[in-house]
Order: sequence, then structure tokens, then C-alpha cells
Amino acid sequence: MTTSSLALQPQDGTAEPGTSQVQPESAAFMVENAHCGGCLRKIEREVGALPGISSVRFNLTTRRLSVQHDGALGRTEEVAARMGALGFPARPFDPDALGSADAHAEKMLLRAMSVAGFAAANVMLMSVSVWSGSDMGEATRSLLHWFSALIVLPAVVYAGRPFFKSALGALAKRQTNMDVPISLAIMLASGMSLFETIRGGEHVYFESAIMLLFFLLLGRYLDRRARGKARHAAESLLSLDNTSISVIGADGRQRLLPSKDATIGMRVAVAAGERIGVDGRVVQGRSEVDTSLITGETVPAALDIGDQLFAGTLNIAAPIELEITAVGEDTLLAEIVRLMEVAEQRRGRHVVLADRIAGWYAPVVHALALATFLGWTLLMGAAWQTALLYAVSVLIITCPCALGLAVPAVQVIASGSLLKRGILLKSATALERLAEVDTVVFDKTGTLTEGGVMLRGDLDVAEVDLRLAASLAAVSRHPLSKAIAAASPETAPAVGVEEVPGMGLRLQTEAGEVRLGSRRWCGIDAETEDETGPELWLATADGRYVHFTFDDHLRSDSEATVADLQARAFSVAMLSGDRPKAVDAVAETLGIARWQAACTPADKVEKLEQLAADGHRVLMVGDGLNDAAALSAAHVSLSPASAIDISQAAADAVFQGARLEPVAETLRVARSASDLVRQNLTLALAYNVITIPLAVAGQVTPLIAAICMSASSLIVVGNALRLGRGGSSWTS
Amino acid sequence: MDVLIYLIPIALFLGLLGLAAFLWALRDGQFDDLDGAAERALFDDD
Repeated sequence: MTTSSLALQPQDGTAEPGTSQVQPESAAFMVENAHCGGCLRKIEREVGALPGISSVRFNLTTRRLSVQHDGALGRTEEVAARMGALGFPARPFDPDALGSADAHAEKMLLRAMSVAGFAAANVMLMSVSVWSGSDMGEATRSLLHWFSALIVLPAVVYAGRPFFKSALGALAKRQTNMDVPISLAIMLASGMSLFETIRGGEHVYFESAIMLLFFLLLGRYLDRRARGKARHAAESLLSLDNTSISVIGADGRQRLLPSKDATIGMRVAVAAGERIGVDGRVVQGRSEVDTSLITGETVPAALDIGDQLFAGTLNIAAPIELEITAVGEDTLLAEIVRLMEVAEQRRGRHVVLADRIAGWYAPVVHALALATFLGWTLLMGAAWQTALLYAVSVLIITCPCALGLAVPAVQVIASGSLLKRGILLKSATALERLAEVDTVVFDKTGTLTEGGVMLRGDLDVAEVDLRLAASLAAVSRHPLSKAIAAASPETAPAVGVEEVPGMGLRLQTEAGEVRLGSRRWCGIDAETEDETGPELWLATADGRYVHFTFDDHLRSDSEATVADLQARAFSVAMLSGDRPKAVDAVAETLGIARWQAACTPADKVEKLEQLAADGHRVLMVGDGLNDAAALSAAHVSLSPASAIDISQAAADAVFQGARLEPVAETLRVARSASDLVRQNLTLALAYNVITIPLAVAGQVTPLIAAICMSASSLIVVGNALRLGRGGSSWTS
Repeated sequence: MDVLIYLIPIALFLGLLGLAAFLWALRDGQFDDLDGAAERALFDDD
């Protein structure tokens, strides 16, 4: 990705289309729905054909599009509109503000790994010569040792930094993690080898030190990459407050401003179809607003003068003017992000298994090394140099190479096989936590159900009325209209339909006026009936009223998935913010005995905490904003890819597709992975039990150390690979 | 064994060349989009 700033920086408000003062600019977009080479090609060709675009590059891995354009006003919008029309919704964002630290860390690891790899391969050249050259003279051996030192020492200093830094960080907090023994072993092995080289000694361990580093960096890099994709998915949340807004100046002229530069009290024009970048109050105009991103509510809300609007919502019907009431850190969006960070920190206390082991492993190993040194000097009367050599060889042989690879190797393969099934793991510890789950709590709307509005299947409406309604509805972009149009797809849109924002549609026919819209719009007394779900009324020319109601369908495999989970002894519950009647119906269909309706976000959190207090490990599956807090509060959480960005950011893993089966799948893979991790740790410890006596006895030459370390690492990685191979059996 | 004096530096130099090439490719962004690169290889028109 090129370094670029968000396009549409205000050029003193003077840049107008067609003027010559514009400068080349670059813009970056988050793109949805693009998954294949065909999409890539289509995007680059179609966007490249737009006027003023000089270069287009779509990154299929990160799903981001970067565009170089001539800087004329509105280019970013043109590109976004074209992408929308192609079926790839694109949102502009500021690449500098996003995940650059993460990307930097990943590149740093890759660089360190390549340096370590280079050094390991080349130093082997020397080491193998020394090991096999039985008739080698001392001078030659010394020369080769010096060359080894020349290669390895700079490489260790450069490539070891990720471990040294993390070890220092842990020690500063008076804790140990896996990186402490790793760093110590690497530094001691290098230092002692240098000492031996200077002394002209026979054994140096340069190749062990660098190989160890290379293996560990490999594991760490792969581990990081495996989660990269899911991170990209969640980062899009931050792009929301990077939209540009058009501010109305004192002279009545509009100019574009990045929303972060807005101040309270400014008047902002919002066109129909534009996403709102600030929190504000409507001061002019009447429209409807789609708040699905914030509330998960699929039905648009009517908007009138004085109503409050939040950043991230979409103005759908008519142009309006807002007065900004909050900016930056004070917006609702920022507030939610803050709440989630608090919850995230609470969860951050989960200590990964490998570090828990390191907590007792490191002291034991270091005590053993010390005992070896003291034993050889005091009891056996060996020279202190020899004793030190043996003590360091204990540290090298016990350096948790296999232990350090045991967990990442399994995680890489598990997340890879989950990724193939459309499940993106975001959190490093998610697999460990998923394996401990015994209770699964679902949200209803958007999780067990598909979350869209659809015309009720059991509706008693005459075919002719439906067709009439569909002919009006086909011209509107309102979700309820779309649902009616979708119910009668072969109906052509009527000519001359007029849309009144916030009210409905009307059409003049020879027989009279036909209206489709709210009760009020169709002239029905608003208080006649206590209706709950979304509805539309059709008033025909001959004075009849037809009532359309909508509902939400269950995902096709919700029932099978819930049954599967219950069969595998998970206890399943449902927490929903919806009406008791609707929740009861779903619970009965799916066979869920424990459910609670009309939950506020706080109720959900409370319920989860109560379950946790009873000793349950809860997996929360949810999608709406009202679930975000619950997702953060649960032991581990899953969210569908259709969920709002905030929920995706809160969840530990995100699953794609219209089916619910990935929930069961994820739990299954997590359990297998957890078994394999345990096996690997046992293998790594068994290896130590065998080799430590050798090292203590001073029998470990550099050759034996190299062979042992490689062998143990290969065994652990090989065992992890069994997870990938068993893959076919899970799908059946 | 005197030949080692030449051979080792040559071997190291070649190795370093490879490392430098990799680091250059990394900095040049050639590893930024591995999925995309795999697909681009199949395009006819560029």
C-alpha cells in the first residue's frame, strides 16, 4: 500500500471541479465482497476507466483499493459510487490511521526471519565442515569459528530483537514469559561461543543459537499472518469517523472537510444516500435514516427537525442539514469504541497456556543450569570454563524451541483450516478459550435469523394487490419497499411514482390515486391497532386498504446447529432484545429451553456474568450493537460477517456465509487443536526429560544439540500437521 | 585448504546478495498482496 493521505483534504476551500489548482492525490478504500481474481480485474478495469484516475491497485489480501487521481473535488465519491454500482461497496479511509503499527510489526518479523534464515544456512556451511573435518587443523577450525561468529553475532543482535524486547517487557513487570528463557539461551549460547572462539576451544554453538532463533521467528511470523486477515476485517470500524463531510460556510457555500476537523456548531449538508460522519441535530429537512450500523435495526426511522443523529448512520430519503453537536472523542461511536476497549482489557488478563508453562519452566531450567555449574566445579573439581560450558549446554538443550513452537504450530494450522471454511480468528487466545466452552448463548436477530426484512410468508394478500404494491415499491430504495418488490420480482416498476420521504409512495392512475406507505400516509387512524413489527399499507384507487407485515427468517441450518450443539452436551441459551412473543416462537422452533427476551445490552452482560459466576465458560454469538458489550464480556465470542463493524471488532472470531454451522465447526476445531497442543507440550517435555541428563553429564556436543533441537521441532510441527490432515472428517 | 580463503567469502557474498534481494522485494511491497499476485499471473491483458 502506498503511503497516502485521505483524499479531499480541504485545499483552502478553493478547489472546485474543473479548476487547475488541484494536485494529484491518492485515496484508499475498504472494499467488501471482492474475493476472487475476477473481482480484482473488474475493479481495476472499471475504476481505471473513470475520468481523472491515473492508477488503480486493488490488494486482494487486505481487500483495500488504492487510487491515484488528479485531485479534483469529488473523485473519491465517484470511485465509491462506481464501486457500489459494481457490487463492491467501498468506503474511503485514512491508511495512516489504521493498523500501521501491526503491519510494521509483521514486516519487522519477516525481515528478522529472513536475516536469521540467511545466517543459519550460511553458518551451517562452517559448522558441518568442522563436524566432518576430523583431520582439520586447529588454525582452519579457528578460522571457521571466527567466520561463524562474524555471521551469527550481528544476525542475533538484529533478528533477536522481538524476543529480547518481549522478555525485557515481561521482566520489567516482574513476570516471566516464554521469551525469557529463549532470550537467555540465545544470548548465553552466542556469548559462550564467542568466548570459546577467542580461547580457541573445540566446541562452539553458533549454529544452535541462530537455528533456534530462525525456527522461533518462523513460528511467530506464521502465527501473526494467520490472524492478519481477521484483523483487517475488524479495522474497518475505525474508517467510520474518517468520512468527509460538506460544511456550509457563513457565505452559504459548501466545502468538504475531513470529519475529524469539524467543530461543534458547524452546519453540515447531508445528501440523500450519504453516510453521516458526525453526531448532530437536524436543523432543516425531513428524511429517513438507516441506523442498522449502530443499532442493528433494519427498518429505517423517520427523521424530523430537532432529531438527533449519530455518526455512522445513513441518510436515505432526502437532503438534510445538521448542526454538529459532538465531534471526535465525544461522539457515540467513540464512546462505544471506548467501552469495548475497557471490556477488552478485562479479557486481556487471560494468560496463554505457553506463558503459564513458562512461569514454572524457566525457573526450573535455570536452577538446573546453576546446579550443573556448581556440581561440576565443586563436586567434580572441573575448571570453571568447562563447567560453564556444560551449564550453558543445559540451557541450550532445554531452550523451549519445541515448547515455543508447540502452540503456534497448532494455531497456524487450525486457523488456516478455519479460514478455508470462512471463519476468521482474530484473537491469539481464542482457540484456547473456545476449547473450554460449555455454554453457548445466541442473540436472535441477525444471528439465529438472517436479520433482513422479508414479507411474511403466511400473509393473506391477493396476487393483484401484491403486484400493484410491487409496481410502486420497485422504484424505491426503502428496505420495506425492496422487500415487497423482492416478493414479486417479475413486476415492472410503474411510471410516474412519486416518493415522499418519511411517508410513502403515490401514483396517479386513471381510477384515482394509489398510495403505499405508513398508516398516516394512507389515511388510516394511527391508533386503531396495536401492531408491533414493521408494516406497510396499500391504499388502492377504489378505496381498499391492504396490510403488509414483515418478519425475519431463521438461518437455514439454525435448527440443525442448535440440535448438534445440544447433542454434544453444550448448554444452549438465547438472549434477545426482541419482543417475548417473537423470541418464544424462535425458541420453540429451535428447541432452546433457556431464553430471555426484551434484554437491554446491560441485561445481557449481567446474564453472562451470572453464568460465569456459576462456573460456566460461555461462548456468545451475536451481531448487533446491543451485543457488542456482551461479546466483550463473554469468555469468548463469535460474530457473523454480516454483523456491524463494532461487533466484529468485539468478537474473537468472525464467520462468513448465510449458515450457522460454522459455530459448531469452530468449537470442534478448537477442541481438536487443544488436544494437539497438549500432545505437543507433552512431546516437548518428554524430549527434555531425555536430553537434560545428557547435558548435565556434559555429553552434548554442538552436533548433538543441533540434531536434538531440529528433531524436536520437526516432531512438534509434524504432530500439528495432523490437524490439517484430519480436516476431511470434520466436514462430514 | 587455502582455497577456503576465497570460497567462504564468495559463498557469503552470494548469500548476502540473496538476502539483499529479498529485503528489497519486501520493501518494494512485493509481498503485500500474495493472493492478488497469484490471480494476476492468470490475466491475459497485462
